[in-house]
Amino acid sequence: MEFKDYYATLGVERSATQDEIKRAYRKLARKFHPDVSKEADAESRFKEVAEAHEALIDPERRAAYDEISQRHARGEAFEPPPGWDSGFEFSGRGGAGPGAQQQPSAEDFSAFFESIFGRGGPSARPAAGGHRQAPGRDHHAKVMIDLEDSYRGAHRTITLRVPVVDAQGHVALHDRQLEVNIPPGVREGQHLRLTGQGGPGHGGEPAGDLYLEITLKPHPRFRVDGRDVYVDLPVSPWEAALGASVAAATPAGDVLLTIPAGSSQGRKLRLKGRGLPGKQPGDLYAVLTLTLPRADSDAAKAAYTSLQAAFPDYHPREALEG
Amino acid sequence: MADTSTHVIDGVVVEEAIVFSLSGLCQAAGASPAQVLALVDEGVLQPTGDAPQQWAFAGPSLRTTRTALRLNADLALGTAGAAVVLDLLEEISALRARLRRAGLE
Repeated sequence: MEFKDYYATLGVERSATQDEIKRAYRKLARKFHPDVSKEADAESRFKEVAEAHEALIDPERRAAYDEISQRHARGEAFEPPPGWDSGFEFSGRGGAGPGAQQQPSAEDFSAFFESIFGRGGPSARPAAGGHRQAPGRDHHAKVMIDLEDSYRGAHRTITLRVPVVDAQGHVALHDRQLEVNIPPGVREGQHLRLTGQGGPGHGGEPAGDLYLEITLKPHPRFRVDGRDVYVDLPVSPWEAALGASVAAATPAGDVLLTIPAGSSQGRKLRLKGRGLPGKQPGDLYAVLTLTLPRADSDAAKAAYTSLQAAFPDYHPREALEG
Repeated sequence: MADTSTHVIDGVVVEEAIVFSLSGLCQAAGASPAQVLALVDEGVLQPTGDAPQQWAFAGPSLRTTRTALRLNADLALGTAGAAVVLDLLEEISALRARLRRAGLE
C-alpha cells in the first residue's frame, strides 16, 4: 500500500497548527473543488486534499497518522497492525451521503486512509440497525456519453459498487450491473432517474432511486450549446460569393446545405430542428469559414490578378481609415 | 441479494419529466428539510405552491441543491455564500457557451 504524505498534499510543515492546516485546506479546496475548478484533474486533486484535511484536522487522527508516519520515515514498511484503530474512537461523518461509486465526494477516501481510520464515509454504514423501517437511500453516479448517443439514444451497461450488509451485519462491497436505456435528446448536466435502483429499503419500505448525471464527451468537430449544435463549415471564396450546394456533416448524418450567394465569413446557416432531439428539438448551425486557395502556380496567380483587376475600387481596410 | 438484473431500465430525464415535493427533493439530493428551506429562503430554489407541504420543485432543482450542499460542506461557504457562487457559476457557464458558439473554446 502506498504511503500518503498528507502534510505534503496540503503544502504545510509537520509542525503546522490546526489553523494553518484549515487555511491550507480551504485555499486548495477553492482551487480544486470540482464545482468551481477548471483544472483538468480537479476532481482527483480535490479528493486528495479533502482526505489529507480529514486526516489532519482531527487531533486524534493526526496523532495516529504522525506515529505511523514516523515509523515510515525510519524506513519501516507501512503495514497497519491488526486492531491498530481499536484504541481510537472515530466518530466518522454523519448525515446524508450518497453511496454510488464514481461520485465526486470527499467521503471516497483511499485504501490508505481506510486502513488507518476505518471507513469514514456514511456509505459504509447503511441504515443503522438494518431492520427498522426506512426507505432506501437515493444514489448518484455519473455516466459519459457521446454526442451521437444523445442524438440516437443509447444503451449502457453500468457497474455500481454497493455496500451490502449480510445477516451477521457485516458489510461487503458487491458489484451490481445495470442495463440502462438513455433516451435521445439528453443533454450535458442533466440527470436520469432509475426508479428503485438505489439503496435497498428496510422493513418493507421501497428501495431508493438511482440518479445518473450525464456528461457529454467533447466532440472534435461539433460544439454543443444546450440543445443547439455548432459546426464549422469551410467554403471557398467562389462558393461564398456565388452560392453553392455543399454536403455538410451533422451528428445524424450528412445533409445537403445551400449556401446563399453573397455569404461572408462567419455567417451562420441554421438547420432548424437538426440539433439535439426532443419535444423542442435544438437547431444545428453551420458556421461558414472562408478558406483561400494558395497562389502556388502560374494559373492560380493569374486568377488572383484578374480578381484584383475586376475590383479596382475594393478597399478591405476602409473601416480602419479615419 | 439478487444482484443480477437482466432487464433493461429506462432512464427518465429529471430536468424535463420530474417535479419534486419537498420530501422528494430531500431524498433525491441527500438534503435535510432545513437545508432545502434555507435554499428557498435564499431564493436559490423557487418552488411553486404556498406552503412547504404543497411545494413543487422543478427538475433542475436537484442539481442546484446538490451543488449548493457540496459547496457549503466542502468550502464552508454558508447558504448565502453558496448562493453567490451558484450565480457566478451560472454566469461563467453562459459566457463559456458564448465562447463555444464562437468556436473560441
